Amino acid sequence: MLKGVSLEVRPRELLHVAGPNGAGKTTLLRVATGLLRPEQGGVAWLGKSIANTRPEYQWALAYASHEPALKGDLTALENLWFMVGLKRRATLAELRDCLGRTGVAGCADLPVRVLSAGQRRRVVMARVLAARAVVWLLDEPFTNLDAAGSALMSALLEDHVNGGGLALVVAHHDLKLNATQRRLELQG
Amino acid sequence: MWTWFYRLASPPHVYRVAATLIPWFLTAAAFAIGYGAIAGLVFAPPDYQQGDAFRIIYVHAPSGWISMFAYSTMAVAGAIGLIWRIKMGHAVAAAVAPIGASFTVLALVTGSLWGRPMWGTYWAWDPRLTSELILLFLFAGVMSLRPAFEDSNRGDRAAALLSIVGVVNVPIIHYSVLWWNSLHQGATVAKLGKPSMPPSMLLPLLSMMLGFMCFFGAVLCMRLRGEVLNRERQATWVREAIKS
Amino acid sequence: MNVGRPIGAETSVGARRAMMLIMHRELCLSFRRPEQLLQPLVFFLIVTTLFPLGLSVQLSLLRDMAPGVLWVAALLSSLLSLDSLFKNDADDGTLEQLALSGQSLATIVIAKTLAHWLVSGAALVLVSPVVAIGLNIPVSAFATMLLGLALGTLTLSWLGAIGAGLTVGLRRGNVLLSLIVLPLAMPLLIFGAGATDRAISGTSAAGALYFLASLCVFTSTLAPFAAAAALRIALD
Repeated sequence: MLKGVSLEVRPRELLHVAGPNGAGKTTLLRVATGLLRPEQGGVAWLGKSIANTRPEYQWALAYASHEPALKGDLTALENLWFMVGLKRRATLAELRDCLGRTGVAGCADLPVRVLSAGQRRRVVMARVLAARAVVWLLDEPFTNLDAAGSALMSALLEDHVNGGGLALVVAHHDLKLNATQRRLELQG
Repeated sequence: MWTWFYRLASPPHVYRVAATLIPWFLTAAAFAIGYGAIAGLVFAPPDYQQGDAFRIIYVHAPSGWISMFAYSTMAVAGAIGLIWRIKMGHAVAAAVAPIGASFTVLALVTGSLWGRPMWGTYWAWDPRLTSELILLFLFAGVMSLRPAFEDSNRGDRAAALLSIVGVVNVPIIHYSVLWWNSLHQGATVAKLGKPSMPPSMLLPLLSMMLGFMCFFGAVLCMRLRGEVLNRERQATWVREAIKS
Repeated sequence: MNVGRPIGAETSVGARRAMMLIMHRELCLSFRRPEQLLQPLVFFLIVTTLFPLGLSVQLSLLRDMAPGVLWVAALLSSLLSLDSLFKNDADDGTLEQLALSGQSLATIVIAKTLAHWLVSGAALVLVSPVVAIGLNIPVSAFATMLLGLALGTLTLSWLGAIGAGLTVGLRRGNVLLSLIVLPLAMPLLIFGAGATDRAISGTSAAGALYFLASLCVFTSTLAPFAAAAALRIALD
């Protein structure tokens, strides 16, 4: 049960949500996406409550949950095509390019079920990139990534935040980023 | 104005009001059912077609009517809980469901008993009884859905949504069964409907209806109090109330 | 930078295109697991075989029972596949992604349900003549039977979407789904079997078919919103 949490994120800023297991980090993130409706209080985007502007807000965000939300029977490229395509018209070339930027260009035409956990995490990052969203809401984005993957993830976060976006990242470890960072510690 | 409404719907208030209503409902029920039963079962003249067997209508018709009323109440209370997020709406819906189901069973049993002297069999797929049976299934669905969720909040809302969907379907179901019955059974099957009645038969029936409604109200208030206590068991006012 | 729009702003995707995309996705997924498409159809065939075996094989009796047997079997087989309408997506987290795409849940429900009907209900309708021959339904009644089944299975898909939405998070939701949907589907059964019955006996089935059609339209307009509301409760 989350109680009495209040936060604000501005452009070019990353908010790191930290705390022990069960503190409610994932719950907080889901409230921020608008999927979970809080009993008291609410979420505001650009000064307006998202209760009224939910579709616009959700279109402007990219959410990556702890599990990679990918269909195993579809290829990585198809997953991106069907997911990103609901938000904006992206060409196949753009999507392949995003997969390339996260280091899984070779997996583009493989069904996701044959990919390793690390590769799936990279496909999820490609999806977040391809969505071109202003707000990134990421739950433990460094899970299953090796050292190179973590470095890549950090670089992508830096590019996003320094380029004018904002991000809410749940991570149980410290983030060493070359970008404006604030920290919200949740008590268990 | 809305604050007044929300205060009205606060759990301790509902708990107190229900307590005060119970004796009134019970007294009214006792009088109405008392008069209706005696006048209907003893004094009303026997039906020229069915003899004394028709007297079961004094229990069958009110229970059928209450079962429909109970389902509608459950749907409306659920809607109030779902749309305006008033928790007491869900409490009322949860309290009504088993009562409604019981009256449905009563209607089915009395209808079946009525069928024995009339059709020679305990069940003949009469349209009204078939509709009641489907209503029982609808109750069963809602009553099974609510506890299936680990989060009782979610269970309440799902059950409310289902009862709203069900209430929309009730007239459709009723009409369909009527059509089906006319197709297959023909007009020779005696209807369990209310025949046109002289006052000596009608007044006791209306009295029984009223009495059953009051009884329904009393039982609803009793169950509602239990529901409120259970749902609000963490609150301090509940601890005080139990002590006293 | 204009915070209200993504970098390199394009217009968002319209509902129609989104529906096409989701339907395409569903169909891709369905055809990659063809055995899951065939199972309900085989079930349909098996169930319709059970009745003659269990009762009697006298052709005249079979013809009398045929509409009812056909429709009950169609209902039960459709219910089998309805459980997975939202469950697969809910289990791997893609349902959340769909809900966050900026498209309304109702749009998503419509697209998924229609795609589901195409591979289950429509397939059933196509297989039904085979079953009808086995049940000794005369060919003259086929047109009514096919039209009735098409409307009926579509309505059932809509009702099933509501049930699937309500039970999506539950572990043993399958039985509960049937418990919820079957009472609501009884009018369908009555009018669908009634229409086929009248067609067999030679009288006009128009009234029953019109009622089936109006049920279908009624359900098509309201069910997406009810199912979307159910999904919202499940995602909360």
